[in-house]
Amino acid sequence: MLKAKDIKEKYVRSHPSPFCPGCGGGMVLNSLSRAVEKSKLSKDEIVAVSGIGCAAWIPSPHWRVDTLHTTHGRAIAFATGVKLGNQDLEVMVVSGDGDCAGIGGNHLLHGARNNVDMNVFMINNGLYAMTGGQVAPTTEHDEETLTTPYGNPSSSFEAAEVVKAAGAGHVARWTTYHMNELIEEVEKAIETDGFSFIEILTQCPTRTGKKKNMSGLEMLEWYKENTSKDQDTEKIYVGTLSKVDKPELTEQIYRQIKEAGGDPK
Amino acid sequence: MKEKGEYFMEGNIACAEGALKAGCGFYAGYPITPASEVMNHLSEELPKVGGRFIQMEDELGSMASIVGASWTGLKSMTATSGPGFSLMQENLGYAVMTETPCVVVNVQRAGPSTGQATKPGTGDVMQARFGSQGDYELIALSPNSVQEMFDFTVRAFNLAERYRTPVVLLADAGVGHMREKVKIREDVKTVKRRRPEEGEREFFDTDREDHVPPMPNFGEGEELLVTGSTHLGDGTRDTSSFEAQDNLVRRLVDKIEDNREDIEDWEEHHAEDSDLVVVSYGSMSRPARGAVRKARKEGHNVGFFRPKVIWPSPEKRLKKIGENSKVLLAELSLRGYRMEVERSVPSENLHIFDRLNSLPTVDKIYDNIKEVL
Repeated sequence: MLKAKDIKEKYVRSHPSPFCPGCGGGMVLNSLSRAVEKSKLSKDEIVAVSGIGCAAWIPSPHWRVDTLHTTHGRAIAFATGVKLGNQDLEVMVVSGDGDCAGIGGNHLLHGARNNVDMNVFMINNGLYAMTGGQVAPTTEHDEETLTTPYGNPSSSFEAAEVVKAAGAGHVARWTTYHMNELIEEVEKAIETDGFSFIEILTQCPTRTGKKKNMSGLEMLEWYKENTSKDQDTEKIYVGTLSKVDKPELTEQIYRQIKEAGGDPK
Repeated sequence: MKEKGEYFMEGNIACAEGALKAGCGFYAGYPITPASEVMNHLSEELPKVGGRFIQMEDELGSMASIVGASWTGLKSMTATSGPGFSLMQENLGYAVMTETPCVVVNVQRAGPSTGQATKPGTGDVMQARFGSQGDYELIALSPNSVQEMFDFTVRAFNLAERYRTPVVLLADAGVGHMREKVKIREDVKTVKRRRPEEGEREFFDTDREDHVPPMPNFGEGEELLVTGSTHLGDGTRDTSSFEAQDNLVRRLVDKIEDNREDIEDWEEHHAEDSDLVVVSYGSMSRPARGAVRKARKEGHNVGFFRPKVIWPSPEKRLKKIGENSKVLLAELSLRGYRMEVERSVPSENLHIFDRLNSLPTVDKIYDNIKEVL
């Protein structure tokens, strides 16, 4: 296994980091890089697709792979074109909760339904951080945000459960506290021939932290205390939610092309 | 894919056949009247030549996925009509900014909004040019026959690949649903994007006169940075500097503007020396051309001008025509191409024949020509 310094050299472009002190974005980049290093993948095979928001900046421009930094919410649809275009590419989508489950919710549902082979990482900090901390589909009921000064009148969106119901091949949830488990889950996602969805609860000390008067470290402690690998507790479940075998879209379409007499190469 | 020969064919099918002939390798779409036949036909024919077909969840996704597929090296396309074209504007702008070759077919119908789905209109002419945010130029072609649905689809792919830009085939329900003879040749000329030469590492800037940088594919080890944010020549995002914004956006506009000579195309008859020139495009140009023929037969000195490439608009030619003669703009909308023609032709010389819902008879336009004369 490479040392931290070597991982950084191999996988991270030397740009000034745009992330706030204590942000979880760098931890996600670290986890993804380590998982790829442990896997059989060459980084030349990876295309990292992202949309708009803080999370979209995790791969672009920082991850030293092919990157496609797209429009708000549409990353999964772009990624579908990339995967169908070239089956040999390993497609990774890094998306915030607003990007993925809010404005991009429809693409998320149908990416899962299609079970198109890609790994989607939903970086969930519970609000729209880049624009100042507005309420998101993942914000808890009654929670105060920039645009819910009287508390969130709506309820939060359990994205992982929805994606599971929509038919994704592999669904999991972890937090930035669980780096080792997360790396293992990313390896599983890489091995899965289908739609892998990993929700990563990620601290935002700047927006959520300020509202709750918590530092990044305190938020990590909070993840530790309030999550459980046991599904039968009141705590937030972390671990694999679903792993099913079902037809993968690219495989099906390439098979149909061959049966129709075409050559997909 | 049809063999060389003569066929009796619907316009939308001719468009799909043109795509196959041009080497289309990826189609994504969403059902919409009056464009669906393009998709229906390609769903069956594209796999036979190794191409990928997918029906997406909406037009936002269709446009997104053709851009994604284009970066894997495939010639990509989608087809839609007004409501879907509106949804595609976001990622059409993304394709402009990231210089991604792709073809977007808009078989225009009567709008605004849902309008009349089966009826023709050309109210999207300005939208094709200005629909997405920010400063940009793109190329839009305006076919007026089934033959041109085939030929212009091929040319749309060629221009997209040549200039690394989205190209809009701005058809209408008239030509899309029309059936007539189409001739498919054996020797259709096709163009592929310029690939990087050894050591060429700038994929988003160039000193070349044509302003077109080379385009690699994903998976070639280039560690590509493709972004809709303002970027430097190597793709690095630059969200603040004057130089980055000025250099990139100016080049994107110049890429179309400075290559006008190669891109522009029009048809004209007696446009030089007539008392009146009828300007028309799309399916409306057919009865308009008929009316001009009839007027000339009757001894009137009337000419005809039809832009085949509607964006960039042949503004110099239009100006020249407007200086020397009266102009009658005949179009299937109230606001389609009008502002562009008004910009080029002095108001005292400009007359309008506009029509909604369906094509007028030749006589109707002929009567208008006589009134204007």
